[in-house]
Amino acid sequence: MANIQNFLHRNVRARIATLLAIPLAWLLIIYIGSLFALFITSIWKIDTFTSKVIREFTLQNFIDVFTDRAYFNVTVRTLIVAISVTLICALIAIPMAFFMARIAKPKSRPVLIALVLTPLWASYLVKIYAWRTMFYPESGFLQWLISPIGGTSPGFGMFAVIIGLTYLWLPYMVLPIFAGMEKLPSSVLDASSDLGAKPGRTFFGVVLPITWPAIIAGSVFTFSLSMGDYITVQILGGTFQMLGNVVYQNFSLNLPFAAAVALIPVIIMMIYLGSVRKTGALDNL
Amino acid sequence: MKLSRTARATLLGTMIFGFTFIYLPLALVVINSFNTNKSFAWPPTGFTTVWWSKAAANDGIRDAVMRSVITALIATSIALILGSLAAAAISRYEFFGRDAISLLFVLPIALPGIVTGIALNNVFTNFFGKLTFFTIVIGHATFCIVVVFNNVAARYRRLGMNLQEASMDLGASRFTTFRLVTFPLIRSALVAGGLLAFGLSFDEIIVTTFTAGAGQTTLPIWIFQNLFRPNQAPIVNVVAAALILISILPIYLSQRLTAEK
Repeated sequence: MANIQNFLHRNVRARIATLLAIPLAWLLIIYIGSLFALFITSIWKIDTFTSKVIREFTLQNFIDVFTDRAYFNVTVRTLIVAISVTLICALIAIPMAFFMARIAKPKSRPVLIALVLTPLWASYLVKIYAWRTMFYPESGFLQWLISPIGGTSPGFGMFAVIIGLTYLWLPYMVLPIFAGMEKLPSSVLDASSDLGAKPGRTFFGVVLPITWPAIIAGSVFTFSLSMGDYITVQILGGTFQMLGNVVYQNFSLNLPFAAAVALIPVIIMMIYLGSVRKTGALDNL
Repeated sequence: MKLSRTARATLLGTMIFGFTFIYLPLALVVINSFNTNKSFAWPPTGFTTVWWSKAAANDGIRDAVMRSVITALIATSIALILGSLAAAAISRYEFFGRDAISLLFVLPIALPGIVTGIALNNVFTNFFGKLTFFTIVIGHATFCIVVVFNNVAARYRRLGMNLQEASMDLGASRFTTFRLVTFPLIRSALVAGGLLAFGLSFDEIIVTTFTAGAGQTTLPIWIFQNLFRPNQAPIVNVVAAALILISILPIYLSQRLTAEK
């Protein structure tokens, strides 16, 4: 025991290696290994009769994904949903976080935070289920709400999916922005208004640029989680489909093709993560 | 910061809109769990507690809840150990490849769940031959490591190394220092991370769908299987309402935790 302690004390590298060995092995073998195997599968063939994977090289899956107009359209639709969800989340979250962090009395802040956090703990399915009762055509709550003024509930479809996903991921956007705005020193805001800036100018010229990394951190969650979703789409989408649904449908019959489609969100996410790395957003995750 | 009256009103308005948006659907589910109408036509025509007693007597639900709790407990335990080990290395030492490794630990939540799901499914079915209960646990532990890692790493970054160095300068061994100095300092971060990991695992459906063996029904899977069956609707709704009410518990716990500090 004493020997080990002495060795670890003298050798920093050994210390780091001891700490990292098991967690790193877990992630590399189970997670990265699986992702790599999935990538390999996407360049293999399939026996169309038995749905068995044949270990022979082919690029056909990727050619199919990138040349078929239908998959291009699904990708575009998925991107539209993910971007809309992210924008709506930001539009609601930025003023909410600003109110909680800078306007509300310090005493009521924990309560407000708890109110935002509570639905984060509520089950994913329960929340989508709740929106199913809201959007239900003819007998749903929205129908009851809108019909007196002569409207009809939009029912299930892309709009319902966007609202449902926004609802699911909103807390993931509020929390990092709140943390970012709370850290903002009051002196900076005072300096801005002392120099004659109106509150609007202070907000757009000072608050927003400083909290930008936090907003981007929130957007990583809302964007990625929306892009890979297929269950919300099944429950609220009606006939509407996203990339996740295409992967899910092909998964049991044609795994190599499903793997090729699954790489689309991974590539988009990698580009996104790569392009926001410089903002320092990834330290805020 | 001084704000004009309209700016204040706008902000307050967004706050109220935001909270209505958050709570209205949840309130609706809880009210509907007492609705006599089986298809929840709004507004309710009468109230009953019969769905609650039916749900309480349902074996399928009890079985699924147990499986979800056990899964979450094991996955959280694995995540607590692996996540805090990784956090101790990455946030306290400078070494080559640190940023890349740090990104690697965040990756399981940064990439879409369906990708993780089919990747794990592919490997598990090829290596283990079939999916079991433990393949669910392995999948859950993989993304739970991240939340523990994030919480503990943030704590380590804030603490710095001074206290530990002081302890060792005063003659305490590495293990004594951990037991008496480091562990008490990171304990609340471990509890917070553990709670989050438990919640994440208990609620997970996408990765679970792809890693669960035959008959291994967790609670989210049970809900999803019964969601589209019209005659099960009132019972599913009761489970949903119960989960909403239970979700207040971890919030209460974490509030108590921050109040202690």
